[in-house]
Amino acid sequence: MPTDALFRSLQLAPNHVRITFDGMPLSVPAGVSLAAALLAHDVGHTRESPVNGRPGAPYCMMGVCFECLVEVDGQANAQACLIQVEDGMSVRRQRGARDLLIGGADDE
Amino acid sequence: MSEALVDLIVIGAGPAGISAALEASARGLAVVLLDEQASPGGQIYRNVAQSDARSREVLGADYVAGLELVEALLASDVRYQPNAAVWQVTEERRVHFLQDGNAHVLRGRQLLIATGAMERPMPIPGWTLPGVMTAGAGQILLKNAAMVPQGPVVLAGCGPLLYLLAVQYLRAGIRIEALVDTSGRHEAFRHLGRLREALAGWRDLLKGLSLLATLKRAGVKHYYAAENLRIEGGRRAETLYFDSQGQSHKVWASLILLHQGVVPNTQVTQSLRVRHDWNDPQLCWVAYRDSWGETSLAGIFVAGDGGAIGGANVARTQGRLAALRIAQQLQKIDEIQLHKLALPWRRLLHQQGAARPLIDALYRPQKRNRIPDDETIVCRCEEVSAGAIRSYVDLGCQGPNQTKAFGRCGMGPCQGRQCGLSVTEIIAQQRQVPQASVGYYRIRPPLKPITLAQLASEREFDLSVISTLERSLT
Amino acid sequence: MHKADVVVVGGGLVGMSIAYGLALLGRQVTVLDEGDDAFRAARGNFGLLWVQGKGYKNSPYASWTRQSVALWPEFNALLQSDTGIDLHLRQPGGFQLCMSEQELAEETRRLVWLQEAFDGDYPYELLDPAQLKSRIPGIGPGVVGACYTPMDGHVNPLKLLRALYAACTLRGVAIVNGVTVDGIDQHASGFGIRAAADRFEAEHLVLAAGLGNRPLGAMLGMDVPVRPNRGQILVTERLQPFLHYPTTYVRQTDEGTVQLGDSLESVGFDDRTSSEAMSEIAARAVQCFPQLGQVRMVRAWGALRVLSADGYPIYEAAHDSPGAFVVTCHSGVTLAAAHALRLAPWIAGEADAPGLRAFNLARFKGQSEVRYAH
Repeated sequence: MPTDALFRSLQLAPNHVRITFDGMPLSVPAGVSLAAALLAHDVGHTRESPVNGRPGAPYCMMGVCFECLVEVDGQANAQACLIQVEDGMSVRRQRGARDLLIGGADDE
Repeated sequence: MSEALVDLIVIGAGPAGISAALEASARGLAVVLLDEQASPGGQIYRNVAQSDARSREVLGADYVAGLELVEALLASDVRYQPNAAVWQVTEERRVHFLQDGNAHVLRGRQLLIATGAMERPMPIPGWTLPGVMTAGAGQILLKNAAMVPQGPVVLAGCGPLLYLLAVQYLRAGIRIEALVDTSGRHEAFRHLGRLREALAGWRDLLKGLSLLATLKRAGVKHYYAAENLRIEGGRRAETLYFDSQGQSHKVWASLILLHQGVVPNTQVTQSLRVRHDWNDPQLCWVAYRDSWGETSLAGIFVAGDGGAIGGANVARTQGRLAALRIAQQLQKIDEIQLHKLALPWRRLLHQQGAARPLIDALYRPQKRNRIPDDETIVCRCEEVSAGAIRSYVDLGCQGPNQTKAFGRCGMGPCQGRQCGLSVTEIIAQQRQVPQASVGYYRIRPPLKPITLAQLASEREFDLSVISTLERSLT
Repeated sequence: MHKADVVVVGGGLVGMSIAYGLALLGRQVTVLDEGDDAFRAARGNFGLLWVQGKGYKNSPYASWTRQSVALWPEFNALLQSDTGIDLHLRQPGGFQLCMSEQELAEETRRLVWLQEAFDGDYPYELLDPAQLKSRIPGIGPGVVGACYTPMDGHVNPLKLLRALYAACTLRGVAIVNGVTVDGIDQHASGFGIRAAADRFEAEHLVLAAGLGNRPLGAMLGMDVPVRPNRGQILVTERLQPFLHYPTTYVRQTDEGTVQLGDSLESVGFDDRTSSEAMSEIAARAVQCFPQLGQVRMVRAWGALRVLSADGYPIYEAAHDSPGAFVVTCHSGVTLAAAHALRLAPWIAGEADAPGLRAFNLARFKGQSEVRYAH
């Protein structure tokens, strides 16, 4: 079954690390940016605009466009292209504005 | 607490920054070089020290030329600080940066800004869809991650970097679905006037021609004079529509790389409010500099593409010249030595910059791709369309700061990097005045996001902590 | 040559509120405004509709402020009906968070005085940390207490400015941009206002140009003692709604961003930010809401308040230049409703406003020092 990932590794047998994306386990190339790692899989979009929910994904890969914002290990709005991917990272789509998680209440 | 002070702070470890840092260090100055990335090289020499043989083969000789420069840096006395995100620079040459989650401030007797270039925005309909990226992004994936497109890729836009990427992909065995070129095949004839002066830079011209020849030999579908580009798709890019030489085309594509040249990354210089002029041949704002690179603020220099686009070789030479002047201003060399040392570099600079006006003219981005129709989003962060900006002008806004107040364009995380040029040009068109009289966003700190806790705990940078051992990279 | 009933110099919140009010009364108004890089206090404000503590030992100011806040719903309805723009007006009451017992005592003293001045008609509450926590979850241990009044609120100030432009345009106000007034002539039938090669004629003239009122007033022989006072604000990335009340230092906007303030600096005409003030503001914000420590600042700016010599508004019907008015204040958002619905009728000669006599220029005779009044 062909994958629809937009990018693949040039090397024949690159090292891999394991992360999760929105709970889904992924095996991604090691030693690359988190944005690159996600592009090696068919994750579709990586964030939803806080203004109108528009789906977004990495665009410039150099830290100037802020499209690649994701939640990494609980920290929201991290620029995936400026973070090195690491084994065990828990990554989530940045869906709109971040939650401040005041007082640990589930519902407000 | 005493202020941490160093002779020279250089911001940006690309060709300009590294060259300047090396030259300054060689003249006896204490230099701190700050860079946002994890390894030196800027954009063009990204990751060159870590690249493997296969990648170097794909990326080509110009890339590998950076290896020597990076190795020289790592062997020098320059205090090179990677992963340092500069978030504020003041007139008094205090540089505030974030490194490993800590906020530091450091002051320089002199300051060199070498922040390089970034992709010119290309706001065409559908450009915000997942699967649409820049050619620069394609290069970064190649250089940092040794990653290439999985399926067929469409390249759209204009400029030598687009052709370079196409050739690099060919070398890697990637299928290029189409090269949708928004410049015309016969542009060269219109610009014959520039040809003579460009001949001094014949090497650059030949390079461009040889790239095109390679693409032709490989049979890449190259559509010229492409207009009315439009990307469509549900939740991701699916098709690119365009017209070329009288015919309408539709290309299936899930990965579309856009490029219409690069522009100086002026966030730092604009935040300093140094004088900027609108440069019409390059269609961007350019920080005013004297022949050494000093801006309208004493002691603050700019070198390389961060000032005006000139390419890596020009950047290296400008870096040297700025460093020499800085060394003279800090009394390490006298004026006579300065001019003597500078002379050969000035000659080289002339030659290196000779082809630029022709390149600028040949690959001038189309108006429609800079100043889009009403429906197209211009500010990606705040989802503001070109039409909304026009409506604010009709309400009375004269410039980008007023449209920012009315519609939030430029207020998002990217702080105007992706929309600034577009907004200036849209307003100029709507008001029917030159871009120069419209102005640009007032850029404020933070230039990069910083958390409140980090801001509240900022410390003077501890210069004594850095040693030659700390710069080791495998 | 342009002719109108009234020329208003200054297209900020003060000028445009007055222009709107005059347009509602059927006057022909022309507004003159400078270029894109003017100082523009209108672009740099917190959006508070604040009553609490204002007018301590100055009952007229307290009254005027309360009047305006009470008029705000009507003002908002008019603008919304004219333009369709939602200003996100919310008046749920507001909290003055106090970081020390001394601060709490000082605020309490002011509120006690004000309540007495209004014969008891000045509702407020004092809250201890436990009571505060139940009203504002997430409040930090560094906050020792707070004062609350139900009269406070907030609005989106930039949408307000845009709505005023749209509403004024709709009602036939001529807005002329990119204009700097360099001379004012007075004659029998009114005023001739010169700006480079342009000339504007009007029976009445309103100077609402903020800090620009000083040189403009001088053109009519008036000494308008206004000086810049810088305030710095930090703005965070967008957050899910967590703070449903405005507070004096921390306010969550309708877009989800959090505004953090502020500072009071006499630095002349300098609207840049400074690290010291930014660090202080950040530290105080984190004291108020510790969770904010992990939140990123995406923008910071400084803006120049228009402070009169005693910190209170100036509403002057020029003695020697009948038909000319001088208007300045530093609470252009709070007072916008009163400016449109009470001040404009006074300027138009359609209503008397005895409460405004306290704000004339005559009170400054002999004074020169600028003191900040909240």
